[in-house]
Amino acid sequence: MSKPLHNTPMLDQLEGGPWPSFITGIKRLATDEGKSYQPMMIDLLGQLEHSYQTRKGYWKGGTIGVIGYGGGVIPRFSEVASQFPASKEFHTLRIQPPAGMHYNTALIRQLCDVWEKHGSGLIAFHGQSGDIMFQGTTSDNVQSAFDELNEMGFDLGGAGPAVRTGMSCVGAARCEQSCANEQKVLRTLVNNFLDDMHRPALPYKFKFKVSGCPNDCMNSIERADMAIIGTWRDDMKVDQAEVKTFVSKKSRKYVIDNVISRCPTHALSLNDDDSLAVDNRNCVRCMHCINVMTKALSVGDDKGITVLMGGKRTLKIGDLMGTVIIPFMKLETQADYDRLRGIAEATIEFFAENALEHERTGEMIERIGLVNFLEGIGVDVDPNMISEPRQCSYVRTDTWDEEAEKWFTRKAEQQAAAT
Amino acid sequence: MPPRMPIESGVPDPFQYMHPIMVRNYGAWKHHERPRPGVLCHTSKNGEQIWTIRAGTQRQMDVYTIRKLCDIADQYAEGYVRFTIRSNIEFMVSQESKVAPLIDKLTQEGFPVGGTGPSVSMIAHTQGWLHCDIPGTDASGVVKALMDELYEEFIREDMPNRVHITTSCCQINCGGQGDIAINIQHTKPPKINHDLVANVCERPSVVARCPVAAIRPALVNGKPSLEVDEKKCICCGACYPPCPPMQINDPEHSKLAIWVGGNHSNARSKPSFQKLVAAGIPNNPPRWPEAAAIVKKILRVYKEDARDWERLSDWVARIGWPRFFELTELPFTKFHIDNWRGARRSLNASTHIRF
Repeated sequence: MSKPLHNTPMLDQLEGGPWPSFITGIKRLATDEGKSYQPMMIDLLGQLEHSYQTRKGYWKGGTIGVIGYGGGVIPRFSEVASQFPASKEFHTLRIQPPAGMHYNTALIRQLCDVWEKHGSGLIAFHGQSGDIMFQGTTSDNVQSAFDELNEMGFDLGGAGPAVRTGMSCVGAARCEQSCANEQKVLRTLVNNFLDDMHRPALPYKFKFKVSGCPNDCMNSIERADMAIIGTWRDDMKVDQAEVKTFVSKKSRKYVIDNVISRCPTHALSLNDDDSLAVDNRNCVRCMHCINVMTKALSVGDDKGITVLMGGKRTLKIGDLMGTVIIPFMKLETQADYDRLRGIAEATIEFFAENALEHERTGEMIERIGLVNFLEGIGVDVDPNMISEPRQCSYVRTDTWDEEAEKWFTRKAEQQAAAT
Repeated sequence: MPPRMPIESGVPDPFQYMHPIMVRNYGAWKHHERPRPGVLCHTSKNGEQIWTIRAGTQRQMDVYTIRKLCDIADQYAEGYVRFTIRSNIEFMVSQESKVAPLIDKLTQEGFPVGGTGPSVSMIAHTQGWLHCDIPGTDASGVVKALMDELYEEFIREDMPNRVHITTSCCQINCGGQGDIAINIQHTKPPKINHDLVANVCERPSVVARCPVAAIRPALVNGKPSLEVDEKKCICCGACYPPCPPMQINDPEHSKLAIWVGGNHSNARSKPSFQKLVAAGIPNNPPRWPEAAAIVKKILRVYKEDARDWERLSDWVARIGWPRFFELTELPFTKFHIDNWRGARRSLNASTHIRF
């Protein structure tokens, strides 16, 4: 062996136990005789053990990128390179996966080959950002690794104050609850903003996430600046024969306790003949009953999306959920997709011009008020945007009549369009 | 020769890598069942079926592990996989007869099959000491240690409803919301290296970054630097990323905190953020036993006391927070009472009290 392994008594304790061990995997790379990454992985284990011993991290950032882009590579330089010189540079490439994270084995093997040749041999499927994380390479190899991945049809994701890599659920590819063409929504949105992704110049990050139904498996309301969630506006579908089968199999008590009484708007009732009555006007599309009775109940046919904006985690003012901006829109024709893209463009343009440095969309909305934001992006107010109206009387209402007139005009237009 | 310019291709088209049954039945699925933990069976309106076998991975995978998964996919499945948001791998097959041999092979190779339905799925994973520039703890190690302890809950479907656990190595909280979240909680203000601040940090941005306006420019030993009003400081660490000389991580005083009740789904109740239930937990590598014990205790009580389909947040909403602290035997302290903006919404303004 060209270079001895460091003693790693703490990391060794992460090799036991039934769950697959990342330490065993890294050790495999560190003992891979003759491979270019072997010395790097030996010292990586050394530095990681040092972190475990001292309870501190030892990576610092820097400026590393590929030609033509301003972001997408996460530079890491070791602060303890004198002890662990072979891993002094350990940069990550964030690469955007196929929408919905579908792969065939030929593709994955090809990705492995690239990273065996140009990198550390360590890949994370996937980072919290939704990227494939090609973890660990030298400054010299970043460009060659990227070039090869890029030629395969893969592109860097976002980092820094930029449009970030998005995520969409498995959706229509394998889920009956899907109400949208998730991969198309994701690709329509993200691929429209590649300049804002690859050349970070926004106030702060901007994330799109797409979930096909209100179960929101992509955590979009809590984590995305712009969340697109599939929904439907006609009646949910009930197969009464399957309802009866379910009741006879699971018992009336089970159905009452786990379905009927769990409906948040009391829109369900079990009839005397064990069929189900649904008050569709008061159904809020929460998905619970459909999740429980997967064969008997399903989403409706008049599908579309709800758009929420402003979700984010703690920094700086505290956690914020997304807020409904578009209660419902159809997403079928090219014109529909163009409209969605237009909303995203207006939002990012407004964000770029009005957010403070390091301020997320949700924080900007909090600072300037939802109404100013809506006016900025050209969206009309809608009662679906709120949980309840204003409680405090401290507000100027001089232009009440004009605003009321707008509402009545809009309602009349909607009615005319519907007939 | 001019340099090669990137092809700005963005998100790749997934259909080229998708199982043919999923391509054929795109948007035409009818219903699904879970024949056993770790297995989903979807039926399409065209009558076709597809079986999905879900297995846990370590997320940070060496190419040998990844190729082993590919070998399994080629030999026991049909060469198509996908990953879930929680780093589980899914193998799709067209015939039920392939399910059992695939499960056997995965189990034999050390990949647990599970993570479906009311189970404890894989823990949402951040980077930690392995790769992050600001971590207070490791991520992969915490996850490995905890998943070893929760292995049985992953491969079974014994919980009242699904349990999503997350970890985060700093208070930025890349792990996001979870039914249970194990996050770093710093307890001491940053230690400032005044010799470096002027050269490394853009001071006005650092001042602006502080959520409580506790940082101000100052001359220290004749050099421009920054100082922290330690009485105002909430030890969040927001100043550390833009100004590494303001070291927030401390081997002793960077603790772990546990939060519960985060839920991103709209099912039943609206989505909810997680709430603090325990703090001051030692950041104790390599297996973090103190944090693991509290997580297991919360899970045990939830499993015993919650009703079917109640997520952790639904369960606490029904039984109330006093009962949660009673059942989990966690201390209730002044730190549980929120004082951040909008905090009055979290106070009990009623006589609704359980006795």
